[in-house]
Amino acid sequence: MPKSREIVIPGEVVGSTKTGRASYGTYVDGDKIISKFVGILKKKGVYISVIPLSGVYVPQANDKVIGIVTDVEKFGWIIDINSPWPAFLSLSEGVDEFVDLRKVSMTRFFDVNDIIYAQIREARRGDIQLTMKTPMSRKLKGGVIVNITPSKVPRLIGKDGSMVNMIKEKTRTIIRVGQNGLVWISGEKIDKAIKAIKLIDEKSHLYGLTDEIKRLLSE
Amino acid sequence: MKRTEEKLIVDGKRLDGRKPDEIREIEMKVGVIPNANGSAYVRFGKTIVVAAVYGPRQLHPKHLQEPDRAILQVRYDMATFSVEERARPGPSRREIEISKVMRLALEPALFLENYPKTVVDVYAEVLQADGSTRVTSINAASLALADAGVPMRDLVVGLSGGKVDGILVLDLCGKEDNYSDADIPMAFLPRKKEITLLQMDGRLTPEEVKTIIKNVLKAGQDVYKEQVKALKNRYSE
Repeated sequence: MPKSREIVIPGEVVGSTKTGRASYGTYVDGDKIISKFVGILKKKGVYISVIPLSGVYVPQANDKVIGIVTDVEKFGWIIDINSPWPAFLSLSEGVDEFVDLRKVSMTRFFDVNDIIYAQIREARRGDIQLTMKTPMSRKLKGGVIVNITPSKVPRLIGKDGSMVNMIKEKTRTIIRVGQNGLVWISGEKIDKAIKAIKLIDEKSHLYGLTDEIKRLLSE
Repeated sequence: MKRTEEKLIVDGKRLDGRKPDEIREIEMKVGVIPNANGSAYVRFGKTIVVAAVYGPRQLHPKHLQEPDRAILQVRYDMATFSVEERARPGPSRREIEISKVMRLALEPALFLENYPKTVVDVYAEVLQADGSTRVTSINAASLALADAGVPMRDLVVGLSGGKVDGILVLDLCGKEDNYSDADIPMAFLPRKKEITLLQMDGRLTPEEVKTIIKNVLKAGQDVYKEQVKALKNRYSE
């Protein structure tokens, strides 16, 4: 049985402000640092943080996300980015060229149900603006989308992308991971890639995950 | 107050053989509904509650949105087959009231200001009712909220106390609830012992109330331990 990382629960005291600093997923009460989530305890230097094992995606500026177009508006698109708030991609941020709306329709660029890979330009109080003016941004054609817990995205990517690159190589697929927990897959052995990604989502709190994924992929 | 002929406590033993300060057998499971963001199953003796949490998610109608925080919506519902005589489906006066006191009991534990304009929905379904359903629902909701990844100050522990046949008891079962002299459902945040729900039905002297509160806070630690175990067990198979 693989060993589990240390799991903490809300209200559990994880440290003291005398020796540590409260970081993500914690709050301070008096001189105690207390966890807010059911998650994995992480200590890096003096910083104490808790990585939640569940929860919704909270957008942050400069995150790269995968979104699905849900509506076409007059001067932009409404995008579902798997968070509690819808995002908006304005025409000027979505398209490089000059667009004469009297002559061309907005749906020529993005239509409902299109999948895009974009960056968050601004996220304030539930008002989320996207931009496509970054080198990696593009429309994703074909493929399938898999949903994982947003807080486990770093685990799926691995150190310098080691985990996701391994899945890509072994299954001969193209994978795009959005910070919001949506993963886009296209290529040959999609089934196997999905299986591996789901396994990472389920067992992210265990040690020895890389070996298990390796074994699954080489079957 | 209604009275039965038979005594509810004989030789210091209650109807189900418990001592006055003993709580019923507790079973807690987390993550029982895959479609929900978080869920939990809680059983106190014969009282069974399943709670599901959805969200934080978009809130409609829009006029209910708060610009600076999420709102919490709680629905407490008794299944038609949960009691001996069929319960009419749909929210009754009692269910609406319990939904509200549950919301007030859970709200202080949550960091709702992290999610403006959204809603956290909590649904507590009583599958089998045998007394103390509201505190059992609070326990289930607390676990489901933690499982959903909603940021929390602390878990919320619910436990009832009361007076049966002139003796102060803990965790009333259905019959005791019906024929008790008084009962006090309580919910609190265990770390700092902050009480978030305190109701009373019946007559008690101030001293008795104080004793019951003290007893419930003490015995609540056992319920809290069960909650901790349930949450940690989920990730340790």
